[in-house]
Amino acid sequence: MASRRGAAYWLSAPALAVYAVFLVVPIASIALLSFQNFEFYGGIQPGITLKNYREVLTDSYYWEVFGRTFFIAVVVTVLCATLGTFEAIVLHRMANPWKSVFLLVVLGPLLISVVVRTLGWALLFGSTGLVNKALLALGLVAEPIAFMYSVTGVVIALTHVLVPFVVISVWASLQRIDPAVERAAVSLGAGQPTVFRRVIVPLAMPGILSGSVIVFALAASAFATPAIIGGRRLKVIATAAYDEFLNTLNWPLGASLAVLLLLANVVVLYASNRLIERRYRAVFRESVA
Amino acid sequence: MIRNGPLALVFHALFIGFIVAPLLIVCVVAFTPLGYISIPTDSLSLRWFAAILDNPRFISAFWLSLALGLVSSVLAIALAVPAALAIARFRFAGRDAISAFLLSPLMIPHIVLGVAFLRFFSAININGTFSGLVVGHVIVILPFALRLVLSSATGMDPAVERAAVSLGAGRLTVFRRITLPLILPGIVSGWLLAFITSFDELTMSVFIASPSTTTLPVRMFLHIQDTIDPLVAAVSALMIAGTAVLMLVLDRLVGLERLFVGKGRH
Repeated sequence: MASRRGAAYWLSAPALAVYAVFLVVPIASIALLSFQNFEFYGGIQPGITLKNYREVLTDSYYWEVFGRTFFIAVVVTVLCATLGTFEAIVLHRMANPWKSVFLLVVLGPLLISVVVRTLGWALLFGSTGLVNKALLALGLVAEPIAFMYSVTGVVIALTHVLVPFVVISVWASLQRIDPAVERAAVSLGAGQPTVFRRVIVPLAMPGILSGSVIVFALAASAFATPAIIGGRRLKVIATAAYDEFLNTLNWPLGASLAVLLLLANVVVLYASNRLIERRYRAVFRESVA
Repeated sequence: MIRNGPLALVFHALFIGFIVAPLLIVCVVAFTPLGYISIPTDSLSLRWFAAILDNPRFISAFWLSLALGLVSSVLAIALAVPAALAIARFRFAGRDAISAFLLSPLMIPHIVLGVAFLRFFSAININGTFSGLVVGHVIVILPFALRLVLSSATGMDPAVERAAVSLGAGRLTVFRRITLPLILPGIVSGWLLAFITSFDELTMSVFIASPSTTTLPVRMFLHIQDTIDPLVAAVSALMIAGTAVLMLVLDRLVGLERLFVGKGRH
């Protein structure tokens, strides 16, 4: 068996080697870079310093960026979790062929470039103003709302981009529910709202949570949508890091932003995975990627 | 099973409208006969699709993205298949760690990968080159390919291979005649998903692309940063149409929900 076990290492060796050189080294070098000093005239200086982190963590500009990013990520997560869960339940209760058709419609956009999907919102919000025209016509608002270059616009577009992740993960956990459980609840005298609250939502909870975690992580690090809908002034962490790297050219400072974003991301994903797995070990095994 | 009530169906209609509206508006605007963003009212025109042909920057970006997607997805699959077989078949020390490590790019924001590659590729002088883009894309798309190959490899019964061996088949024959055909759906769908992911990638590529190696999403992003016109809507409409076709293929092949949930152990 020893040679067969050796085969396992040989088989995974090429992928591991590629990762070691082209993933571990670049990430390590960006971490190192974040501790280096940048001079406007001299470029990147040798030596280790905490200057970039001090600057990022004390400057009110960056706190505003962190705060905005966090706020957007939280609101988008709540919206996606709510809308996505309801939609997954509706889909789950549908019969074929509608079920597969709408599943395709809801999940399909995941395969379309974020640039294209965001462009759609830019058209709806800005150039054609269709959303405002509709809202005014319906009498829902008295004045047009500024969606472009606003947090509201970014939140709506990001919700559209990310909501399929919740639908898919809730849908996956609904698939595992025995339909008899719902019928049992009804036969015991539970009304629709009770079945929903006491049976479906608790059983779908692992899916709701894991979908929300993915959405939060992706919303917090989103780049294209905030860049296009938010414009040049409404910065989030990802667009601020982009600025440091490609406009200001202060790479060490940008690197410290990237490292902070990566750390936050890994901590959130890892901690929530552990938490969800521990709580729902029975219903939920390995679906969080 | 409990059926949807009228309220649920109203919600569903609104939700589908929300999902479809931005894609629909892109396609509608692409057919405008006018010189600026507008919703065509009396006539449809193909002038903006024709205009793409006169715009070499979009054309060359398309070919670059196509080549990049093909090269990097083939490389990703070539690396993912042996790794997936190792993880699915053998119980060995570090198996879980290797699997987690190979899936780890899914947990790293693309913006972080972008700056890391920019730094590293500049240091080894391949930034802005096609090779640089290929390397970056392989890292980003390999986890997607791995997950799908892994799910079909864990789903297959190892007894079939043992049976072939007991009947006298050599290792290569077993792989070619038994293993490969059985995991082929996973390989094809993993390759397609890897290709699409590469073709759509923006956030990482924007850091490591140069003016001569601009991918289609990067070209569109830079264009949109500058101006939003019917030209970019027409390009987007074509991308939506292309993706729709690939999506139907993928749905036939594996089923979209399995593709995204990424496992086949049930």
